[in-house]
Order: sequence, then C-alpha cells, then structure tokens
Amino acid sequence: MSIDTSKVAESNTTAATAKKPTKAGAVATWADDRLGLGTSMKKQLRKVFPDHWSFMLGEIALWSFVVLLLTGVFLTLWFDPSMAESEYQGAYDPLRGREMSQAMVSAVELSFDVRGGLLMRQMHHWAAHIFIAGMMIHMMRVFFTGAYRKPRELNWVIGCLLLLLGSLEGFTGYSLPDDLLSGTGVRAADGFLKATPVVGTYMSFFLFGGEFPGDAIIPRLYIIHVLLIPGLLLGLIAAHMLLLVYHKHTQWPGPGRTQQNVVGYPMLPVYAAKAGGFFFIVFGVVALLGGLFTINPVWKFGPYDPTKVTAGSQPDWYMGWPDGLLRIIPGWESVIGGFTLSWNVMIPILIVPPLMLTILILLPFLESWITKDNREHHLLERPRNRPTQTAIMVSLMTFYGIAWAAGGNDIIAIKLHLSINQITYFFRVMIFLGPLIAFIITRRWCISLQRHDEEKLLHGYETGIIMRSPEGGYSERHLPISNDAAYKITARPRDEVFVANGRIDENGVAAPGGKLDGLRGKLSALMFADNVQKPTAEELEAARHHAEHEHQLTAALDGHSADGHQFDGHHSVDDETLRGSH
Amino acid sequence: MSDTQHPDSHGSLEPVEEPIPNPGLHTHTWRPTDVDDHARRRAERQVSMLFGLSALCTVAFVVSYFTFKIGDNWDTFAGLGASTVFLGVFLGLALLFIGFGIIQWARKLMGDQEIVEMRHLAASSAEDRTATVEALELGIDESGFKKYKMVRRSLLMAVGLLGAPAVVMLRDLGPLPQQVENASKGTGLNHTLWGVGGTVRVLRDVVGTPIRASDLQIGDLVNAVPDGIFQLHGTALQEAKAKGAVIVVKMSPDEIVSQQGGDEDWSVNGIVVYSKICSHVGCPISLYERTTHHVLCPCHQSTFDLADSAKVVFGPAARHLPQLPLGVDEEGFLVATKDFQEPVGPSYWERDR
Amino acid sequence: MRLLNRSAGRLSRHRRGPLAGLVVLLLGLLLTGGIYSMFSPGARADETATTAEDIAAGRELFLVGCAFCHGQNGEGVLTKRGTQYGPALTDVGAASVDFQVGTGRMPMAQPGQQAVRKAVVYTDEEIRQLSAFVDSLGTGPGIPDASVYELPSDFTDEERQEAITRGGQIFLTNCTACHNFDGSGGAMPRGGFAPTLRGVEAKHIYEALLTGPQSMPSFSDGNLTPEEKRDVIAYLKETEADPGYSGFSLGGLGPVAEGVFAWFLGIGGLVAVAIWIAGHTTRSTKKKPAVSSGSTSTTGADA
Repeated sequence: MSIDTSKVAESNTTAATAKKPTKAGAVATWADDRLGLGTSMKKQLRKVFPDHWSFMLGEIALWSFVVLLLTGVFLTLWFDPSMAESEYQGAYDPLRGREMSQAMVSAVELSFDVRGGLLMRQMHHWAAHIFIAGMMIHMMRVFFTGAYRKPRELNWVIGCLLLLLGSLEGFTGYSLPDDLLSGTGVRAADGFLKATPVVGTYMSFFLFGGEFPGDAIIPRLYIIHVLLIPGLLLGLIAAHMLLLVYHKHTQWPGPGRTQQNVVGYPMLPVYAAKAGGFFFIVFGVVALLGGLFTINPVWKFGPYDPTKVTAGSQPDWYMGWPDGLLRIIPGWESVIGGFTLSWNVMIPILIVPPLMLTILILLPFLESWITKDNREHHLLERPRNRPTQTAIMVSLMTFYGIAWAAGGNDIIAIKLHLSINQITYFFRVMIFLGPLIAFIITRRWCISLQRHDEEKLLHGYETGIIMRSPEGGYSERHLPISNDAAYKITARPRDEVFVANGRIDENGVAAPGGKLDGLRGKLSALMFADNVQKPTAEELEAARHHAEHEHQLTAALDGHSADGHQFDGHHSVDDETLRGSH
Repeated sequence: MSDTQHPDSHGSLEPVEEPIPNPGLHTHTWRPTDVDDHARRRAERQVSMLFGLSALCTVAFVVSYFTFKIGDNWDTFAGLGASTVFLGVFLGLALLFIGFGIIQWARKLMGDQEIVEMRHLAASSAEDRTATVEALELGIDESGFKKYKMVRRSLLMAVGLLGAPAVVMLRDLGPLPQQVENASKGTGLNHTLWGVGGTVRVLRDVVGTPIRASDLQIGDLVNAVPDGIFQLHGTALQEAKAKGAVIVVKMSPDEIVSQQGGDEDWSVNGIVVYSKICSHVGCPISLYERTTHHVLCPCHQSTFDLADSAKVVFGPAARHLPQLPLGVDEEGFLVATKDFQEPVGPSYWERDR
Repeated sequence: MRLLNRSAGRLSRHRRGPLAGLVVLLLGLLLTGGIYSMFSPGARADETATTAEDIAAGRELFLVGCAFCHGQNGEGVLTKRGTQYGPALTDVGAASVDFQVGTGRMPMAQPGQQAVRKAVVYTDEEIRQLSAFVDSLGTGPGIPDASVYELPSDFTDEERQEAITRGGQIFLTNCTACHNFDGSGGAMPRGGFAPTLRGVEAKHIYEALLTGPQSMPSFSDGNLTPEEKRDVIAYLKETEADPGYSGFSLGGLGPVAEGVFAWFLGIGGLVAVAIWIAGHTTRSTKKKPAVSSGSTSTTGADA
C-alpha cells in the first residue's frame, strides 16, 4: 500500500507550492514504498508544539538520559564488574600495590590509564545528577500547571515510575566502582534489608549471596544497572513520549489558544531544531561539568573496606532525603514477641519513601475523585489559580527539602558553624511544622494573588498617579488592563464545590456512596470554597461602566503634560515628551 | 485563522467559559531577519560562525587527546589535569556551539509562523468503542471462557502457579542465614572471628601488630581487628572485617561509669574495646572525642558514650555498641577473652530470638 | 603557555627528569652523615639545647599570656562548677605547646568549646621558649625533628611509594572518619568539628597525632609508631601536591557539594538556556513584501 507522497505535501501548506519532487521527496518516496509511513507521518511532520520555556524541562531529563546511554556504553568497554581480589598496578601512585576488587581496579584504571576515561566517568555521573533533577523540575511544572489532569493521568503515573527507576538506576550505578563511599552506601542498604520484618536477613543473604559484602553484589548491581533498569526506562520513556504525541501538548490560554486547538511551531523544522539544539546544549553542559568539576573521586576514597569510613558519607543527592530521615529519626526500636522491629530504619526507608511515591502517583486521581471533573483539560492554569493543589505540592516539596537538608546536616554544621545536634533537633520539629506552614502560606498567598488579579480585572491596574479631587480627597488612578491580559486572566474554569446532598433520590434516600459523598463534599469545600472565582461577563460589564464613570470625572485632567501614566510601562512612550509641547 | 469556533466533531472538548470573548490570534509580525536582507545575512553569518567554531573545538579536542599525557605523568594546567580539562572543555564547547547555532538558526532564519492544530478527544469515537467492546465480548463468548467454569478455574490456577518457579528459582541467590552460622569459623550473624579459638589478640588495623596494654596512653584511639584476619583474603577477609572491626580506647579507669559485662570487668586498666560497627545501619564508627568519650557515626550521627557501656546518647541508633570482653595475655598484649555476647551491626527481625 | 607545565612539581623522582634524580642522590649522600644522629624515633629538635634562660623567658611569657586560664604554674584553673576553665599543662609536653601556639589556636580569643586555627601570636623564638617552660613542668612529648615526620631522603622510589600507599591506608582507617577522605574536615558532636588537614605543616600534623589536641584522640607512639605517623603525613603531602586530575574539587566534601552544584549550575544553567530558546525574538514593524508565498496561511494539518 504505497501512499502518494503528494499527500504529505498537501498537509504542508507552505511546501504545497513545490510541484516538482525534491531530493527529500525522492528519499521519502523510496522509504514510503517500503515502509508505508506516509499516512502516519503526514500529520506528525508538521505536528504543532507550543513554545514556552517550562515545556522544555522534560527535555533536560530526556537529553541527559541520551548522554547517559552514550557515556555509559563507553564506560562498559573498560569497566569490569567483578569482586575478584586483585592488586592495583596502575598509574595512580598512592594506591599502587593495594589489594582491591577488580571492579575498583578497572574504575581507577579507567580514570588514570584511559585517555578521556575520567572525563567520561564524570560526565556519566553529572548527567545522572541532571537526569533526575530534570525529571523532578519537569514533574513540578506539570503539577503546578495542572497538566496531569484528564486525559494525562497515565502519563503522570509513568513519570512517577520513571523518577523511581531513575533513582534506583543512580543508586546501582554509583555503587559499582566498589570504592569506600559507595561501599558504605551498600552497607547501609544491607542494614535496610535486614530491618525488613520477617524476611530481612533472608533478603540480605540472597542479595549478597551470603554474608555482607560477599562477592556477588557488584556483578548483580551491574546487570541491573546496564540492562534491567535501562530497558525499563527506555520502554517507559517511549510510552511517555507516545502519549505526549497522542494527547498533544498542553498550552497556556491566550488569544487564539483554546481547549480545542494547539497553537505553536511545527515539528519540522522549528521544534525539531529547538529540541535538537537543546540536546547539544545539554550534552555540552554535561561535558563542561565533566571536564571542569570533580565528581566521585574514587581514587581518593580508596577501595571499599568494611573497617574504614569517611566523614561526609552521603549518598548522591536524589537519595539524600531518605538519608536525612534516617538521620533525624529518634532511636525507636521495639521487640514484640521476641521479634525485633527497627522503626528507626523502617520508617525512613521502608515506609515513608514508598508512601510518598504512592501519594505522588495518586494525586491526580484523588483530585478528580474530589472534583468529579470528567472533562479533558488542555489549557494550563497558573499555580495561583489552584491554591490548594499548589499548596499541596509546595508542602510536599518542603517535606522533601527538609529531609534533604537533614541528609546534609554535617556539611551544614561545618559550613555554618552550627551544632549538628541542634540542627537535628530543629529538623525533627520542622519535618512536621515546615510542610504545614508552607501549605498555609502558599494557599493564602495564591488566594491573595487571585484577589489581585480580580482587582486588576474589575478596577484596572494601579498607575501610580495620585489624583486630588476638588474636595481635597486623594485617590490613586486606575486604568483598565489590555484586552489580551484580561482574557488570559479569565480563561480558566470555574471551580465548583461539590455539594454532598445532590444525589438523594425522590424517596429521600441517599444514593449509594452517599457516605463518601459527604467526605467528598467536605474536601471539595476545603479545596475550593476560599478560591476567588473569575468575574462573570455581567460583573465585568458593571465594572467597566463604573470605570467609565470615574474616567469622565477625571477626563478633564487628561492630556495635561506629564500626568505620568504615559511612563508607567503600559504604554508606548515613543511619541511622548516629558514636558508637553502643547 | 484564529479558531474560537470549534467544529462539531470536537464538541465534547468542553470550552472554558469566557466572560471576555477570545480576542483571537494576533496577526503575525515579522522579525528583522524576515524583512531585512542585511539582518538576514548577518544572522546567516552568525550561525555559520557558530558551526565553524564548533568544528575548531572538535579539532582542538582531537589534538588535546593526543597531546596531553595522563597515567604516570599527567600534564597539568593551572594545577588541574590538563587532559580531563581540555577534553571536557573542547567537547563541551564543540557541542554547545552546534546547539547555540541550531537554535539561533531556528530563532532567526526558520519560518516562525505559529500554526494551529485542532485537538481530538483522547477517547475513540462511540462507534469504534462499541464495535471494539462487542468484538471483545464476542471473542470471550466464543472462547467459552465464561461458560466452562472448570476450564477457566483450572487454567487460572495453573498459570497462577507458574509464579512459583519464578520465585523458587531465586532461592539459590544465596545461602540462608542459619546455613552459614558457624562459631568455629566466626561466620554467620551471631559469630565473629573474636570467638575463634580461645583468646584472640587485638591487632592494629592495616599494620597488623598486636597491642601491648602498657603502650597505650590515656586518650589513645586504636582501630583494631581480630588476630587471624590477615590470613584471610578476598571475600572472607571482607566479611570478617565487616563484623570484627573494633575500636580500642584508653581512658582513666575511674572515668568508666559502666560496662556491659555485668559483674565481670571487661576493661584492662582503663582500656575498653567496642564494636566499630554502628548498631543503626552498620557504618564503621570511630569519630571519638577523648574529652567526652563520645563516639559519633559519620553516616547518621548516632552518638555513643564509651565510658558508659557505649549507650546511645544521641541519634537514630536504638542499641548500644556491643563490648568485647578484654584481657591481657602472658606477653602483655591485649586479647579478647570471648566473642561479642550479642550480634554486631544493625538489628534484624530474629535478632532477639 | 606559562600555565601549562609538564611534570607538575611532583615529589616522586621517577616523574622528574633524570637530573633531578642525580640531585636527590647527591643531597641524600651529603645529608646522610650530617643528620644521622637525629634518625632515632622521638629525637628532639632542641639540638640548640634548651637553656635555663629559655625556660625563664618562657615563664615570663606564660605568666602574661597563659596563666590566666592555665594557672601560674600550669596547674590548670577550675570553674566554680568544677569543670576545667583551662586544663593543666603539667604533662602535656613541648609538642603540645608547639602545636597549639604554633597554629594560633592558643592563646584563645575567649574561652569556648573548641580553639580554632588563627593568626599566630608569638614568634618562633617565643614559641620555643614557651615550649621549653611547659616542658620543664613535667613529662610529655617533645617537639619532633623533621627527620621524624619526613620520609628519609635516601628512600628509593619504591620505598617511598610503599610508604605513601601504607600511609594512605592508615589515613583512611584512623583519620578520614573525622577529617574526611580529602582531609577537608568534618562535623563532630555539639558544634565541634574536625579541622581541615590541608595546608597544615607536617610538623603540626605530627604533633597533633602525638598529643591529641582538645577532643581529638591521641595516636601516641604506642598506638601508631612514628614511622606510621610519618607515612600518613607523606600520603597527605603527596596528595596535596597532586594536580586536580579531575578538575576543581568543589571543596572535597563529597556528594552534598556535588548535588548542590548539579542543581545550581547544571539545572540552573539549562533552565536559563530553555528560557532563551523559548523567548520571543525581536519583531520588526516593517511589513514583508506581499510576493512571498505561504505568509497568509496558518492552517493546521487537518484544518
């Protein structure tokens, strides 16, 4: 089923004038004769992507993942994931003659005897940091703008899984060189496994092939790191991108930008160029970081030795927050019926992180359950227009941030000359108080911003011009905002508070689920009742009349020289003079 | 063509209520490069120059690769490894110049008219969906999956059971904890090398020399391991170290508040020995303060008081560090008289059984 | 090209030119006889024999600068609650004084938890006199001689390298727990900290090991032999002289600094670029000549 390529051309209105088959057209024809891609490609080549800086955050993660694949392949050519004992005889003097695992030997040789090997190791590690950080800021953008709502909930779930897998991939990766720091991390992981109720020691013995550290862990982590998790990551990333293409990208409301359309640049050429260019920039930034800044200097840590440890033993940043929780948890442990339950390990590692991930995954579903909103949402909302949701995410971020900071409490102590004990006590309180305070402040802040928006809509913006009335009263002059700005503010859905008793049948009996409806109604009221709703068309009309009336009162003053509002930033000043020429 | 009126086929994509009518797409305005040949040529030169610079950097990268030595005798640049720095910088710049060039090209020279694409509901059309559901139900029906209960249940059981091999097959990943338990070798969760063969000398870590009790001064901290450990190699050595590492400290005998031996005195002239493995998650712990006799874990800041049975004074650990019963042999060297009386390291489910 | 510099001023001979080896050999031969007598461990530096005048001068200095906290005869001063205001110095030895005063830790600006390194108050001569006085109060280790804390100059490359490797192991076992893998220092309980070891004179490191200043445990000769202490210092000095193979060190603090860097420079920089990429370019007020095709259409693919 060959498809006439002229159809491709037809969809491309600017190229439709080209009658003669071009070189590109000839190649496309050749390929289409064999692959039949014309049907699917005719839309995709000119697929529209809206342009906004915050839409590129996910690309940071995507492109750093590509860098990870490229540099990772290079590393595998030299790295030997074996725990066989070996004597280092490479170029780095202070380690020469030391017994260490083959993994460590090859990691140090890769750094000192392979040209560019150290660069590639560091690029790989920096790219991993940026990969996970990129995923997180992308996720925050998606949440703050409401881009996770129907029909994109599944993509949100995939994103959450990517974040989890990315972190695990990072952990398995930085554990591979078998250096002192990573070995300390693996030792802690052994402690986590052992703290698991019932099966803890079995899991530890199975993972390590016997007692810690054994000789199995590095090869096992290696195959998980280079095959299992990357495979899953690739599959999920592919699904993530396919869904993105299928749903089409969300966009900000604006003139001509509505629920039914997507306005932006075509995939070919502009979006492809911008995305492709960004790939090179991400790659380049990673290369500069790798060339200029030390990361994980394994030769300084030396090989792993269970009797050694270094101050500042921390995991990589994305594992920092559970480590912080481990640091601030009090020493809780209970023995029940002769069995030991180590709450001081279970809560920070086995309970809270999975719980946080579950909460994150469920957020879209919880919201849609409360709102009963079954519409598709393709227009983004400003964070201020979703005060409760924004506050929830800020609250989660505060929890994360405090746990994360607690993971660096020793570095904070030495850099700020504080007592590590006092810092720990402080974080123990703030881990509960911080998210609460952040929630309340953010929510009220958002609502204030909403009020400010409403004020601007109904009464115009503040010009900074103080008028004195004939009676001697002073007032600030307000002028209406532009139509575009007003439209952007009003192009958002109206929040509806769910009313619990809406579903009582004619006999006065609550419909099934009535009990939950009560809860839903309360939650809905908590979430939306305080929000400022956009004014209706009538209210706007009334406000306009009022403004016109005021304007008439002050009109006599207009046109006087230097009344000031020409220079308030809202008007073109090209033709203005400071002193009136009339 | 601003499109605020949506065609019927998209009717179920509910529009947002608009108190202010949509002003519609603005008319396109042109960039200087669209209307001014001079600006266009300038942009063209700019972009090609960026690409040219990238090529130069790539050449410089290759030259750096062959120029700067690593290994025994690194070339340095301003105190940094020249190879790493120059390879990184030139690779980075080569990539950045391409990236900036392409984006400058897109911003200045590529067509930049925004275009509009209509959305569709994520769901398929009602007919398609009905047809699919019908096909699905027909298929299930024809298979008799619902009808033949016994077939269905036995299949589900059989397939479900196939999970068992997947789990069972992982059994040989490692031995069970009780299988490696051996007091005479010091293996397993409950034993260390300190219990192997009568009294065991306390050796300095790394150098492996025994410690004469009289050689230590008040305030000394020795990181030590059990005798016999240096005969081990590879995995066995690491496993023995992971449980056997201890810290030896000497304080004034009257500063010792309590010890773990009950009525027995497990110290020698103010010298006490405690496990170096933190009871929280197992980091080696030797951040010792001679003035307070506190020892701090660098991983999670559990703090133990070595003058007072190594009880926890701060942090997430719930248990003291196990103490090693200490004695002196006939030559005056420190020895452990018996193994730790409890498992060292992190807690686990069956620890107190 | 001045910055670009081969062989980097390293210590080890095999990384120098052949001439350097010869020079080291000659120096070694010349010095061997001269300093032979000082080779025995624990040899004291007071070759210039401490005289009674030194002790007297030291006492004068002590009474002015130290006695307020440590007592007129170095017996220490107790607070009302019975805790130490200034500890007794009767048995700390000259090494302790040389370290504390020589690194500026003493005299302290105010009584506090931990004396910090600061500008040195006394001259070398005064420090020698103070040390002599405190040494005369009781027992305690003397100021070590350079031969104790520096690798013998007649070491072969191999011996030298072995000593450094061994020193590294001892360092990682005994020191890094508090002072960090790169000697950058670390946090201790209740506001205490282990100071950085970088830029500290070999002599002072040796004295600190020997005497255990403040909260630091001591590594007396019965704990770590003088050779072992010397090897640790050799490792520290060797790695201090090493070039930054991997670029700037970010403070040698480990993953926390790396994470902060990845966010601020990596993500911060990339977001800045994203803002530039999506930013609107300048617009012209001019109209395009009407001949161009496609300028009127903004139709989508399926419009």
